[in-house]
Amino acid sequence: MFYIYCPYCGEHREEEEFHNHGQAHIERPADPDSCTDEEWGNYMFFRKSPKGLHHEIWDHVAGCRKFFNVTRDTVTYEIKEVYKMGEQPKVVAE
Amino acid sequence: MSQKNRLQSGGRIDRSKPLTFTYNGKQFEGFAGDTLASALLANGVDIIGRSFKYSRPRGIVAAGAEEPNAVMQLGATEATQVPNVRATQQELFSGLVSGSTNGWPSVDNDIMGLLGKVGGKMMPPGFYYKTFMYPATMWETYEKVIRKAAGLGRSPNEYDPDTYDKVNQHADLVVVGAGPAGLIAALTAARGGARVIIADEQNEFGGSLLSSKESVDGKAAGAWVAGVVKELEANENVIVLPRSTVNGYHDHNFLTIHQRMTDHIADRAPNGQVRQRYHRVRSKWVVLATGAHERPLVFGNNDVPGCMVANAVSTYINRYGVVPGNELVLMTTNDNAYRTAIDWHDAGRKVQAIVDTRKNPTGALVEAARERGITVMTGSAVIDVQGSKRVTGVSVAPISEDGSKVTGSVKKLSADTVASSGGWSPVIHLSCHTGSKPVWNEDVLGFLPGKTVQKQLTAGAINGTFNTAGALEEGKKAGLEALSKLGLSAVEVEVPATTEVKESKAMALFHVPHTKPTSQAPKQFVDYQNDVTAAGIELACREGFESIEHVKRYTAMGFGTDQGKLGNINGMAVAAKVLNQTIPQTGTTIFRPNYTPITFGAIAGRDCGALFDPERYSAMHKWHLENGAKFEDVGQWKRPWYFPKAGESMQEALNRECLATRESIGILDASTLGKIDIQGKDAREFLGRVYSNAWAKLPVGKCRYGLMLKEDGMVFDDGVTSCLAENHFLMTTTSGGAATVLNWLEFYHQTEWPELEVYFTSVTDHWATMTISGPNSRKLLEELIDGDVDVSKDSFKFMDWKPMSVAGVPARVFRISFTGELSFEINVQANYGLHVWEKLFEHGAKYDLTPYGTETMHILRAEKGFIIAGQDTDGSVHPYDLGMGWAVSMNKPFSFIGKRGMQREDCVRAERKQMVGIKTIDPNVVLPEGAQAVFDPTASIPMPMVGHISSSYWSACLGRSVALGFVKGGLDKMGEKVYYPLVDGRIVEAEICSPIFLDPKGERQNV
Amino acid sequence: MSDVKQEAATVAPTVAVMDQLPDASIQGQSPLFHADLATVAKNGPKTGGVTFKEEALMGQITLRLNAENAEQLKAAEKALGVALPTQPLTSVVKGEVSVRWMSPDEWLIVVPGLKAFEVESALHAELSGHYQVVNISGGWTIFKLSGANVVDVLKKSTIVDVHPSVFPVGKVVSTTFAKSSAIIRRSGESEFELVVRRSFSDYLWLWIQDASREFGLVVEA
Ligand SMILES: [Zn+2]
Repeated sequence: MFYIYCPYCGEHREEEEFHNHGQAHIERPADPDSCTDEEWGNYMFFRKSPKGLHHEIWDHVAGCRKFFNVTRDTVTYEIKEVYKMGEQPKVVAE
Repeated sequence: MSQKNRLQSGGRIDRSKPLTFTYNGKQFEGFAGDTLASALLANGVDIIGRSFKYSRPRGIVAAGAEEPNAVMQLGATEATQVPNVRATQQELFSGLVSGSTNGWPSVDNDIMGLLGKVGGKMMPPGFYYKTFMYPATMWETYEKVIRKAAGLGRSPNEYDPDTYDKVNQHADLVVVGAGPAGLIAALTAARGGARVIIADEQNEFGGSLLSSKESVDGKAAGAWVAGVVKELEANENVIVLPRSTVNGYHDHNFLTIHQRMTDHIADRAPNGQVRQRYHRVRSKWVVLATGAHERPLVFGNNDVPGCMVANAVSTYINRYGVVPGNELVLMTTNDNAYRTAIDWHDAGRKVQAIVDTRKNPTGALVEAARERGITVMTGSAVIDVQGSKRVTGVSVAPISEDGSKVTGSVKKLSADTVASSGGWSPVIHLSCHTGSKPVWNEDVLGFLPGKTVQKQLTAGAINGTFNTAGALEEGKKAGLEALSKLGLSAVEVEVPATTEVKESKAMALFHVPHTKPTSQAPKQFVDYQNDVTAAGIELACREGFESIEHVKRYTAMGFGTDQGKLGNINGMAVAAKVLNQTIPQTGTTIFRPNYTPITFGAIAGRDCGALFDPERYSAMHKWHLENGAKFEDVGQWKRPWYFPKAGESMQEALNRECLATRESIGILDASTLGKIDIQGKDAREFLGRVYSNAWAKLPVGKCRYGLMLKEDGMVFDDGVTSCLAENHFLMTTTSGGAATVLNWLEFYHQTEWPELEVYFTSVTDHWATMTISGPNSRKLLEELIDGDVDVSKDSFKFMDWKPMSVAGVPARVFRISFTGELSFEINVQANYGLHVWEKLFEHGAKYDLTPYGTETMHILRAEKGFIIAGQDTDGSVHPYDLGMGWAVSMNKPFSFIGKRGMQREDCVRAERKQMVGIKTIDPNVVLPEGAQAVFDPTASIPMPMVGHISSSYWSACLGRSVALGFVKGGLDKMGEKVYYPLVDGRIVEAEICSPIFLDPKGERQNV
Repeated sequence: MSDVKQEAATVAPTVAVMDQLPDASIQGQSPLFHADLATVAKNGPKTGGVTFKEEALMGQITLRLNAENAEQLKAAEKALGVALPTQPLTSVVKGEVSVRWMSPDEWLIVVPGLKAFEVESALHAELSGHYQVVNISGGWTIFKLSGANVVDVLKKSTIVDVHPSVFPVGKVVSTTFAKSSAIIRRSGESEFELVVRRSFSDYLWLWIQDASREFGLVVEA
């Protein structure tokens, strides 16, 4: 049961209020029609599963309904950083 | 005297309050303040169960949560049965009914005992894996016998009459354990202004002090405890939780606490009271002051009733006034356990000998024992026990200084009780729950909490600090540290004075040697609950299991409900010895939640019965109830399924509803459809990106059907979206998809296209939606419209919407149809939904206005070949598979969601499964949904399957069955045959046809 | 200013606005209408640890706009007579109007039911640029919970910390409530307002009755 700081509400809330939307920083290709099957396949299906720091999108679905990014250690489950959409993480893997 | 082992005075029991209870059908008496275990011991009950595998008689071993044997079935009635309750933790109350869990059919005479007597050869470790795995068909038979013999207890067959609930707590500091360390930590933090929760599994706070003769602060320890508790209870920022086990320690300092509120009062909670409460606690900091469990030693026949952990014997004497025998032999590796012999002696019963495994113990307690004239045999061990239903004597022999072998001749002593102590194991369970690996400490001879990422502090015996003075000091330090971490100021707390006792060094001995090798020696039990012996662990190691995790799984060590609280470390020591390595080299021990078993009642809380899952109702729900609707669950909505009249079968009701709609007029409550209000200058652009068809030119006043796809091109939702004004749209979604679609729109808006100016707001609950459908629907609508609104064919066309007042209520009316009939969807503010609904019936009676539910809706739409997203789609079909290429606009400038995905190689290949109509050759056969299609019914099994039926109904309007289904390349196979072999052996022959069974030209809705 | 407005009136409106209420002869039915709370209140206990009241048929309006746009904030203030709370999780009350912060670009405005259209229209009249005003009055109702044990009931029902040190009067949170959700606002020391969805209101009413049982529940009509 995580305790997650919502950067919009400005306080920690229980995990039940949130929804995980998987890996962050995956940008939809600007021109999908010119992507090869491989490029499109990579965008759609291939995801990281790192041991250690992972950047994820979470949605404060029962609260302010805003999406934001979370950097989480997949070993200890510590949340290292929370940042808004469009921002870049400060804590990154070596 | 009935309580033959009860002392005349002393202890924390109330001799003026006798309580009667039942154990295995016999009545006994105990006192207020007893546990079930202390009362049984007071009455001289030796056998409280039979062992899991060998069915050997077993007695009470410990006095707390670590008890492996005295696991009881409680409950005076069927409905109040509770399995797996440790007698050592169950407070006695008048009328308590208990029974042995183990020992079917009876504890004193057990048929499985036969198997046990034949001995270990027949049931070595891995026995279940080796014997019962094959043949697999026999497993069910084995399982019944083994489960019953294993004594896991049983759950009640009737509803639990009691109330349980859950409470969400938030704290600055949770203190786990209310012994000396926990109490002073809580006191310190509370004085500093922190919000504190202190929980302890016992009925009284005090921990080790409850069973000790120590003085604290110059007075009896109990008096000091009472003072601290009083101060804590008076502080409004402190929640004091006795009888509350902290069962789990989870991520980000989240703890679960199982509080038993009335289990000590009666079989059922007194009226209105909550029986058990499950606290879900988020705490900024945690102090673990969980204490330690004493380890018994592993020696021959150490499971015979009368063999106990040393400190438990002291607890029964000092706390409960019970001496559980007459002649004691104490075996110890340390000074601390000498207290037990002293307590026994001071209670006036005989101590045969203290058998100390060390050559030359010298501590103060050793001297105190000698002063009392107690025989101390040094450099010796109890290697074997005599007796079967109760200890009758022991074999004592000198052992080598390292404890590895017997060095001299064996001497027999008579005794009925053997107390043993191999030192203390810190209770590190909670620290392990979050994934922290414990660390072996050679001074403590036990595992200590390891590195953690939790905001966790520890104090007292969990750190290996076993003396009261040290525990108090550490508790205060933890309290102050918590205050500082919380940003609160330090406070003055005086550590009360205690008496210091000098102890000599303990010996690292776990497994006592025998004159014979372990494999031939009498059984030396490591894990009582799962009947794991030292020989079994040695065998497992010899068979190649070197990792302690594998040994544990192979032998089942630590897998009982006690989680190996007493046995795990001894087991690791045995394995380490065989593998010729140290304990830390052998591995570590990890404990998982829950610390002790928890009832399902506490986990379920109030989420049961009518509150198990929310039921969502529309504004017209009351009418549906009053008019006999049968309901169907759609998500959490209760939707009318059909409205049977008296005596009607379901099919009869459906036939009537369908015909009435096609012939005159039917009405459906469509309020559950998801509805999203969309506004902004880029709303159109956004719709064009999330729907597969075009939206740029939809005029104000018009509605359009759209398919929503995922990036892979597959359909996931559909609905009609209407243009309310230039920058204003009302989107509808499926009833089940409402939340998902809104989330989907927000996700793309917030993460991909924040530059688009558009807002989304759910209005699902705001509008009550009722659809009137059928040739007479216009006439009914016209009657109810206030003022001059033209709804005629030409001025209110199919796929138009108009604002108007219906039955006096402002409404938005949409001329859209899911039945293929002339239809109007009336939307009014939900607080007026029932009013308009009832007015429609008032005026609709002359047209035989017929309410219908979801099933008739499904039939009517299937006759028209309209899909239901989620029934005719399953995440693997794209619009072209559905024959709905007309709903895809490949020329839109923006590459809409799903466009690129649909063009992947797999999506454009020939012979994809495509949706078609399926007409059975025998019109009376209604194919089951899910039936698999084959082209060649004579093919050998397994036949190549080419599709399945997704929707299938009896159509009263057509007088035959209709079905929609998927067939490989189906769209190019019109008129061809396809077969459906059914589970009952029939093979149904059918023809592939257009999915539009009725009115293919759409003339009925264009009137 | 007046010129601009005149010009706007001549072009087609970009959003559809409709007074959704009938005349007073037709009585609205709140989400708990079927529970007949008036009778429950009359026959039920008069003292207890928790008091429940449905503030039925209030007007609820969702407002979306850019909180960094000073002009929009000013326009909203003019329409409402009170400035939008821009601090997260806060609310303001002025006379008959209360405004709850829902999200950085979203507010929930509560007014008497008969005022909803007036306020909705005023917002449209004052606001310009990218914004959204949605009348959602039929979709929600308000439960008022108060009494000595109100916090005990909330602790059984919601996972947010309702301790006064972190949940002072005026704070508002959207969160889970039992297995549904609620917008919870502390309106007094021991008084809370729950804005709940119409379709879940019966479930939540059942839940509150059950959770309050050990303290005694008083129903007010
Ligand atoms: Zn938030």
